[in-house]
Amino acid sequence: MSLDLDALSIRAMNGQPLFAPLSLTIPAGEVVTVMGPSGVGKSTLLDAIGGHLGHGFHFSGAVRLNGRDVTSLPAEARRIGLMFQDALLFPHMSVGDNLAFGLPCSLRGRAKRRAAVETALTQAGLEGLYDRDPATLSGGQRARAALMRTLLAEPAALLLDEPFSKLDAGLREDMRSFTFEHVRSCAIPTLLVTHDPEDAAAAGGPVIALKAGGA
Amino acid sequence: MKHQGRLLRMAVLAVVGLGLIAPIALGLWQTGRAAFGILPALGRDVVSLDPWRALVELPGFATSLRLTLVTGLGSTLLSLLLAVGFCAAVHARITPSSGARMLTPFLAIPHAAMAVGLAFVLAPSGWIARMIAPIAGWAHPPDIATVNDSWGLGLMIGLMVKELPFLLLVILSALSQISVARHMAAGRALGYGRGIVWIKVIMPQVWPLIRLPLWVVLAYALSVVDMAIILGPSTPPTLAVAVTRWFSDPDPAMILPASAGAILQAVIVGGAVALLIGLEALAKRFGRWWLRRGGRGLSTEPGLRLATVVVMTLMALGVLAILSLVIWSLAWRWSFPQIWPESWSPKPWARAQGGWMEALGTTLVLALATVGLSLALAIAWLEGEDRANRRRAPWAEAMIYLPLLIPQIGFLYGLNAGFLHIGLSGSLWAVIWGQVLFVFPYVMIALTDPWRALDPRMIRAAAALGAGPNRRLWAIKLPVLLRPILTSAAIGVAVSVAQYLPTLFMGAGRVVTLTTEAVTLSSGSDRRVTGVYATLQAGLPFAAYLVAFALPAVLHRNRRALSGASAT
Repeated sequence: MSLDLDALSIRAMNGQPLFAPLSLTIPAGEVVTVMGPSGVGKSTLLDAIGGHLGHGFHFSGAVRLNGRDVTSLPAEARRIGLMFQDALLFPHMSVGDNLAFGLPCSLRGRAKRRAAVETALTQAGLEGLYDRDPATLSGGQRARAALMRTLLAEPAALLLDEPFSKLDAGLREDMRSFTFEHVRSCAIPTLLVTHDPEDAAAAGGPVIALKAGGA
Repeated sequence: MKHQGRLLRMAVLAVVGLGLIAPIALGLWQTGRAAFGILPALGRDVVSLDPWRALVELPGFATSLRLTLVTGLGSTLLSLLLAVGFCAAVHARITPSSGARMLTPFLAIPHAAMAVGLAFVLAPSGWIARMIAPIAGWAHPPDIATVNDSWGLGLMIGLMVKELPFLLLVILSALSQISVARHMAAGRALGYGRGIVWIKVIMPQVWPLIRLPLWVVLAYALSVVDMAIILGPSTPPTLAVAVTRWFSDPDPAMILPASAGAILQAVIVGGAVALLIGLEALAKRFGRWWLRRGGRGLSTEPGLRLATVVVMTLMALGVLAILSLVIWSLAWRWSFPQIWPESWSPKPWARAQGGWMEALGTTLVLALATVGLSLALAIAWLEGEDRANRRRAPWAEAMIYLPLLIPQIGFLYGLNAGFLHIGLSGSLWAVIWGQVLFVFPYVMIALTDPWRALDPRMIRAAAALGAGPNRRLWAIKLPVLLRPILTSAAIGVAVSVAQYLPTLFMGAGRVVTLTTEAVTLSSGSDRRVTGVYATLQAGLPFAAYLVAFALPAVLHRNRRALSGASAT
């Protein structure tokens, strides 16, 4: 598995490109970090790759997953997972149901699905919390639950949008190693955007600096 | 200071309780007594079920009941489905403020004016038939009942044209409280299609925010009278119209079955709301199972597109209806297959001048009085909450919504009987009182959110500078909140102008407004005069909104944060 960006460039409504055209290849299990000042368009870059680009942005270049061009596919058909700053668990579902929501529907049967979710909860140190309201979890628990939800959907690539920036310093370490361990063991190509150099160091992969403007 | 806050709260509670809630309870009680045979004025003082027996045996009763259920439930559920589908399809492209600008005209138009306009458009001799005529080769209006049809389809279209914009606005404002774009991205990144994310992730979060407004829509649709007279079937009509007719029957004994019908109307609304609650509970159980299965279903796009097309068509119908009001009021010769009038004239306006001037004057006085009272009461209520530093209790919230959930026909007869007792019936005061029951809740609901959104640091800063509670209210809150206050006032004007039943009952037929005239004239044959009244009826709320928009822009022209020029 690999994620390739080919001369990816995004222009805002005013026609100005957000950053210079970006080309890179992320092999399976590797984490590439994109760094840059806030406002340069890091999140917009992830939106473009994941297919969530908002109204008014123009996009050129290509996104390839395992050599297949997914640029024209809608977000839901790309199989590209997404993690945000705040975990964004759905507030109307229990913790376990949030994970079940990520589970592919090809896994049939109530008992089997429940077991898969319980296994994931245990892996994330959340055993016994299936029926909990996500709002009652701690920040770290929420972040782990969100990562498990994303991984259960079996993504072919993973995008991390400053996923550790809202956690306390101590938790941040734990969450970093937890996340990167899972990424490596699942062999998923991963793109991380952050403005924290420690994130980049922990990720261990290549670091790309995103500069404002086109040229 | 604490003491003053308490005094204000007690005073507001007393006014709302005695002025608004007690009359409704009294009205329901009186109507209920008559429904069970007790009507001292006619010498009936034995409890019996005879009124109910008489009601069931009245000609057309069963059909009326069926029509009410089909049009009320059908229009509300269809409107909800369409509004949700439309929002799912276009939410990313419209902001709440642009949505509000687009939808406000539809909300401002009173039901009766919209109904008259729709009748002009949909009737066999209406605009749509005139557009088809050249193609179909019609020289005469086709012989199909397109309005007042026995199925109630014309009425359902009318209700939907008014309900859809309301539900859209409610859903859009609920969506602004949820990070839709990010939930959408999270759901799609997990492999769910747009429409499915909408149903499984967004709607469950929106629902608690729109539940109460939806009940109001449902209660209204089940018990509407003016629109049902104009667009609905006539023999037999819907239950609310039938009950209104029975109440005004020359035979006073008809009051007994009419009262039973009025109570039945209230029971129907209660039952319909209970049905919605039941469906919600069912959806919760079924929904959990459905969410856990993780089905991705990618194929909701055609449904969303269909909803968009239907919504656009209904909105276009609404625009045509409003235009046709103005055009008919100025048309002189306009024979059937012609799309435009052959000659124009201001004569319809001149001929009916004496009539409409008087009705316009009464309508204006009623609107100003009811809105003034309602605004004062709403501001006193909100300020009382601020001074006591307390959130609104659920029972207080229920008190505000109560008049909107109980069908008007359920208590207006009984209330008027009470007013007759104290010699107030038929006066302008009685009508003002009757209208405030419905104007106050809307003003209160419209003002609450902006009032609470006021930055509390601003008030604390004023207090730290030595400003007492009264100065904080008059010098800070009211000027800063001028825009939302005027907007609430405009909504109040629209509600007051639209009131039909309270004016009819409390005015005992002696208080004539644009609305009562438009409804009466709509059954006549002179579209020009009807157009004059309906245009005025539609124009008044428009004018109110214009003032609400223009005044802050002028008064605060050098204050970008308050003039409404910037995005707020």
